Amino acid sequence: MTRLERIGAAPRRIDGGALYDWDELVQEERAHRLIYTDPAIFTHEMTHVFGATWTYLAHESEIPNDNDFITRRMGLRPLIIVRDSNGQIRALYNRCTHRGTTLCRWDKGNAKSFQCPYHGWNFLNTGKLRGVPWPDGYACDFREAKYNIAQVPRVESYRGFIFGTLNPDALPLVEHLGPITKPIDEWLDRNPGGKVVVCEANRIKYKGNWKLAYDNSCDGYHVVYSHRSLLETENRFAGDNAKGMSYYRNSPDSLPMYMRYTGHGNHFKDKRPNVEKRSGGLWAMESAHPGMEHYEEKFKQRHGERAFDLLDLAGSEPVNINVFPNFSLLGNHIQVFEPISVGETNAIWYGTMIVDANGDIGEEAVNDINALRMRTQEGFPNFGEVDDVANFEQIQRGLDALEDEWVYMHRGLGIPDRIKTHEDGSITAPATDEAFMREHFKEWKRLMKARPNLAIQREP
Amino acid sequence: MSIQAQSDPSKSSYYVSDALYRELIANFSDWQRDDRVVTDVAERDRFRMLIEREARLLDQLRYEDWIALYAPECIYWVPSTPNAGDPRREIAVMFDDRRRLEDRIYRLRTGFAWSQAPASRTVRLISNVEVFATDRDAVRMVRSNFLISEFWGDETRILTGWAGHRVMQNGDRCEIQAKQVNLIDCDQCIRNPSIFL
Ligand code: FES
Ligand SMILES: [Fe+2]
Repeated sequence: MTRLERIGAAPRRIDGGALYDWDELVQEERAHRLIYTDPAIFTHEMTHVFGATWTYLAHESEIPNDNDFITRRMGLRPLIIVRDSNGQIRALYNRCTHRGTTLCRWDKGNAKSFQCPYHGWNFLNTGKLRGVPWPDGYACDFREAKYNIAQVPRVESYRGFIFGTLNPDALPLVEHLGPITKPIDEWLDRNPGGKVVVCEANRIKYKGNWKLAYDNSCDGYHVVYSHRSLLETENRFAGDNAKGMSYYRNSPDSLPMYMRYTGHGNHFKDKRPNVEKRSGGLWAMESAHPGMEHYEEKFKQRHGERAFDLLDLAGSEPVNINVFPNFSLLGNHIQVFEPISVGETNAIWYGTMIVDANGDIGEEAVNDINALRMRTQEGFPNFGEVDDVANFEQIQRGLDALEDEWVYMHRGLGIPDRIKTHEDGSITAPATDEAFMREHFKEWKRLMKARPNLAIQREP
Repeated sequence: MSIQAQSDPSKSSYYVSDALYRELIANFSDWQRDDRVVTDVAERDRFRMLIEREARLLDQLRYEDWIALYAPECIYWVPSTPNAGDPRREIAVMFDDRRRLEDRIYRLRTGFAWSQAPASRTVRLISNVEVFATDRDAVRMVRSNFLISEFWGDETRILTGWAGHRVMQNGDRCEIQAKQVNLIDCDQCIRNPSIFL
C-alpha cells in the first residue's frame, strides 16, 4: 500500500527573514536541499566561508619572479595575486578605487604598476596609488590610504600554497591546517626537493553548487558507479593487473585505505595502503597513457635500477587531500573549486611538474618524466571527472524537486566500532564512509553561524 | 626489426617520444604562410571534402569510420593555451595517441559514460578551408574553422575555433597524421568537454 508523506513546514527563517536556522537545515545525517539551491545562502557563504576562513588562492610557482601577477578570485571577489617589487606576495582587489573598474584584465603577466583603463589612475603593485591624471582638478592630495587598492589583509603560504582570509581572528594558516599538513608534506616530498611547478590545467565548468564538488572530494562510495566507464576503459587490456582505482570494486571497506577527518573542514582519503610499496608500485597501476611504453623502455636502458623510481614520479599519488572550502590535492593535481553562482562552479585541475631540485636526475630525464606526467594527469579529468560533473549537474537538477527536501549522508553513522576518534582529535573511517561530509558540514555550520569581523587592508 | 616496428599502436605506445613531440611542435609552428597556400582548386577541394567527411562521421557517431581517416600512429591535440605551447610541459585539454583515442571511443560505448548518456547531438559547420604546402611533397597542412552546435542536457551550446590537420597523401588515399584543435576559449573553464572535436 502506498503511504502519503505529509509535506512539513518550510525551514524556519532567522536574521530578519533572509536566512535559516542552520541546525535545522543541516542535521547529523541529512542536509536540506536549500543549502545547494538558495541564492541567499550562497550570498552568505561568500562572506562567511569565502572570506572568513582560509581560501586557497594560488601556487607560488605561478608568480616566480618579482612583479609577476595572476588574476584569481576569492569567492566572487576579483583579485590580482602579485609578487610585488619587494618580493612580497599580495592579494590585491582587482578594483580601481576611483569608480570600481577592474584594473587588470589579463590572466597573468609581469607589471610594476597597474593603470586603470578608465580614467588612468595609476597604482604600484604594492597597491599604493602612484598618481592620477590632472591632479589639480582635485581639492585633496590623495595621500589618504582610502585611495590605495584594497587588499586581502592576511595572505600566508604553506610550502608554496598561497591562502588568504579577510578574518583578522583566523588562526595562523599553519595552525588552521593542523594535521592535514602531514599528508600535504608527504605529497610534496615525494617530488625531488619537495617541489612542484604548476603547468596549465584541465578547466571544467559545471552547472551546480560548489559544495557538490567538495562533498565529492573524499567520497569513496561513488567510485565504482560514477566512474564505471573509466574503470572499464582503464582495464580493457589489463587482465589480472587491475589498473587505477579498481580496488574499489570488491568490498572497498575491508581494504586498508581509509578516510581521515583532521578538523576545520579538512579531510584526507589515503589509498596508499592499497598499493604495494615498492619501486614501480605506482607506475604499475597506471593505465595506458601516450608514450608510456617508449619511455619505460628508455628509462630501463638509461637508468637501470633507478628506472622505476623515476617512472613513479609520473605516476599518480593515490591520495585526496582536501582543505575546506576550495582546495584538493589528488594524484599530481592541485584542484581548485571556484563558486560562480549558487548553481555554477568552476573546477580547475592544475597540473604539476617536477624540477631537478637536487640536480641528481638530469635535464633529459626530468623532461621525459614531465612529458609522461602531463599525459597521466590528463587521464582522470578526461575519463573520470566528466562523469562526476555530469552527476553534480543532475543533483542540482534533482534538487529542484521542492517537496523532496533532504539529501542523506549517513553512511557509516551509528555502526559500532566503524568510526574511530584518535588522540590528535582526528577521525578515521572506512573509505566509503560519509563521515567526512558530516564533519565538514559541522565546520560549514560553525562558519555560517559565526559573526566574523571581516576586514580589508590598504597601504598606509 | 625494432620493437617500434612490431608494435600495434592500438595496444602500446612506442611512437610518442621526445622526437615526436619536437617534430609535432615544429610541424605546427609557422605553417600558415601565404607563400605556401595551395591554389589548385581540385587539390583544395580534395582536402575540404576530407575535413567535411570527418565532421559528418563525428556528427553521426561513426567512430570506427572516423578513426580510419587517421594514420596508425596519429596525434589528436587540443591545447589549453591559445599559442598551443609545449605539450611536454603543459597540460592539454586533450593530447591523445591512437590508443587513447580508442579509449575514448571505448568509454563512450560502455553505456556508463554519464557525461554522454544520452549522447550529445552535434552539427558541425566547417569553413574557410585553406591548404598549405610543407617541406615534404606528400604532406599538406590544412586549416579550417569550425563551429560545433552541441545539444546536450536541455540546451544547445556552441564550441568553436579552428583546426590544423597534417595530412599525408598516399596515392589516392589521404591519412591524417595529426590534428590540432584550437578552441577559442581553450584556456577557460569548459562545460562537459566530452565529445570529439
Ligand atoms: S575608474 Fe579607475 S580611474 Fe576612474
Ligand atoms: Fe570521482
